[in-house]
Amino acid sequence: MADHKACLYEKYVWEVPVRVTHWVNMLSIVVLAVTGIIIGSPRTLGLSGSDYVMGWVRFVHFTAAYAFAVSVAARIWWMFRGNRYARWREFFPVISSGGRARLWETFKYYTFLNKKAPHEVGHNAVAASAYSLVFLLYIVMALTGFSLYAEHRPGSLMHVVMTPLYTLFSNQGMRLTHHMVMWLLIGFVINHIYSIWLMDIKERGGVVSSIFSGYKAVQRKE
Amino acid sequence: MAKKSDDHDEMKQCSGTAGFWEERGVSRRDFLKFCTAMSAALALPVSLAPKIAEALESDSRPSVIWLEFQSCTGDTEALLRAANPTVGEIVLDVLSVDYAETIMAAAGYQAEEAKHKTMKERGGKYIAIVEGSIPTGANGAYCCIGGKSALEIAREVCGGAMATITVGTCASYGGIPAAAPNPTGAMGVKDAVPGATVINLPGCPVNTDNLVATVVHLLTFGKLPAVDGKGRPQFAYGKRIHDNCERRPHFDAGQYVEAWGDQAHRKGHCLYKMGCKGPETFHNCPSQRYNEKTAWPVSAGHGCAGCSEPYFWDSMTPLYKRLPNVPGFGIETTADTIGLGLAAATAAAFGVHGVVSAFRKGDESEGAKEE
Ligand code: HEM
Ligand code: HEM
Repeated sequence: MADHKACLYEKYVWEVPVRVTHWVNMLSIVVLAVTGIIIGSPRTLGLSGSDYVMGWVRFVHFTAAYAFAVSVAARIWWMFRGNRYARWREFFPVISSGGRARLWETFKYYTFLNKKAPHEVGHNAVAASAYSLVFLLYIVMALTGFSLYAEHRPGSLMHVVMTPLYTLFSNQGMRLTHHMVMWLLIGFVINHIYSIWLMDIKERGGVVSSIFSGYKAVQRKE
Repeated sequence: MAKKSDDHDEMKQCSGTAGFWEERGVSRRDFLKFCTAMSAALALPVSLAPKIAEALESDSRPSVIWLEFQSCTGDTEALLRAANPTVGEIVLDVLSVDYAETIMAAAGYQAEEAKHKTMKERGGKYIAIVEGSIPTGANGAYCCIGGKSALEIAREVCGGAMATITVGTCASYGGIPAAAPNPTGAMGVKDAVPGATVINLPGCPVNTDNLVATVVHLLTFGKLPAVDGKGRPQFAYGKRIHDNCERRPHFDAGQYVEAWGDQAHRKGHCLYKMGCKGPETFHNCPSQRYNEKTAWPVSAGHGCAGCSEPYFWDSMTPLYKRLPNVPGFGIETTADTIGLGLAAATAAAFGVHGVVSAFRKGDESEGAKEE
């Protein structure tokens, strides 16, 4: 082990757009989930008919929604512009045989079947696959959210753009989907924070600080 | 007072010979008021009111064939049961209703003959109004009239009409007869006769004012009003109930009815938590209302049931819950109980994983290699 450490150096892995969108997403998801739960089962907080409690909660939800949507769109754009660790291929290890092998090894580590913790420059294969699903959930949230939102103005540009969704979903189905996917995201976040903690301890690559600084400890090629 | 009689004189001047309406007990003034109201209902400029008046006064009385299939006759009732005749009803009188099972005097062969006569003589020029869904299962055997299935009749009558107006949700989208498991294979007119020119006026029942406005539009401009993605006229279904609701300020304020008959319910607060489907439903109920604009469900203290949306019986239920049940889970399990359970299970699973990982010795990592 010691000899590995001798040739470690700081490698710049997560570029600015990756880090910024990660934290904008996190903050907006927290705000969206809190306001969303209130929208879903509000308490009577208004004391008089001229209060605007729900009005403000929804306003905050929609403002955070725009921040979230712009951030997700920016990250997806960066999947075609950024470095290899940010590229779209990174999220689909299943498409290459090497990727499938890494996926299997990492899976075995997580299920205690072997003791070799993965250590990769980018995302590990299991995490990357999970993120591809998370991005799918992001898109589902944005599409169902903006479809519900556009209903206040039928015939507007947004409403017209969302036309396929109104055929795909009944209105109630859209709401339920929007609501349930929030719980899937919450489930992911529990998993995510745990795994980050675990990997920070086990692989000792400084993964937690990497999402703040962008740098990871990597061995120099010999 | 003086002002009023001036107005009246003016009206008289431009009235010409208005015998038709006066004979039916409608003053010139009321008639013109009606025309103006119609232009407003149709979201047209008031300057078009005279054009509407002109169309309604012309001698050509378009024929109407009113078909009734799998229905409760609620839409006919809505039209006929008004306390006193309104101008709107008289507009429907202007039409020559050649066939309408519930109200016509003729019966049997005579009645069918009247229908065929209209179809033959006025092919492409009559209006078909359909009430009730069309069963397509068992070769249409579930609803036959005069030896023909509803589907055959609809193909014949709607196919040859200038336009078909479906009144009520059943004729528009299948409605309650089409609710799962839809034993009769019921569907709306547009699905059953795709070739027909159809405008949908869903609702349970249809709002008579919207029917009259649609007919007036057809008489005035010779074509149907603009429709939305579900084939409904935009003037009547272009806005969401929730956005025009008289209780909306209570929604925005954060004042909700929590139980039937509670303090908030008595004060008229928002019915959102009681399963009101106003946020899902497009209809002009809050402004047009029913029964000569006296009331509509929410004004009476009951949430909207979403009756003017396709498949409402399947998608808007449970009527007194805000969100549908999650498929595969029990009736009493809400989306949030399931979500909380999921979150707790995830946390527990990773908690255990964490404890195991913490006590496990000998894990190693090679460190990432730069490729
Ligand atoms: C991760 C992101 C998001 C989460 C966790 C979230 C969560 C929620 C939740 C739980 C509800 C209540 C649903 C219900 O029970 O009816 C809700 C409602 C809603 N959300 Fe989101 N949401 C997210 C993103 C978005 C986005 C991107 C938009 C886009 C504008 C959006 C628009 C809406 C709208 C319009 C409603 C309905 C509000 C109403 O009817 O008053 N949401 N959201
Ligand atoms: C709402 C909460 C969160 C969500 C939805 C979320 C989601 C994600 C996603 C989608 C990625 C992939 C990023 C990309 O390539 O663009 C990621 C990476 C990462 N996140 Fe989060 N995250 C959340 C909160 C956090 C928190 C609180 C931390 C740390 C304390 C954290 C640490 C990291 C790290 C270290 C990575 C990169 C590690 C890797 O997988 O290689 N995240 N996260």
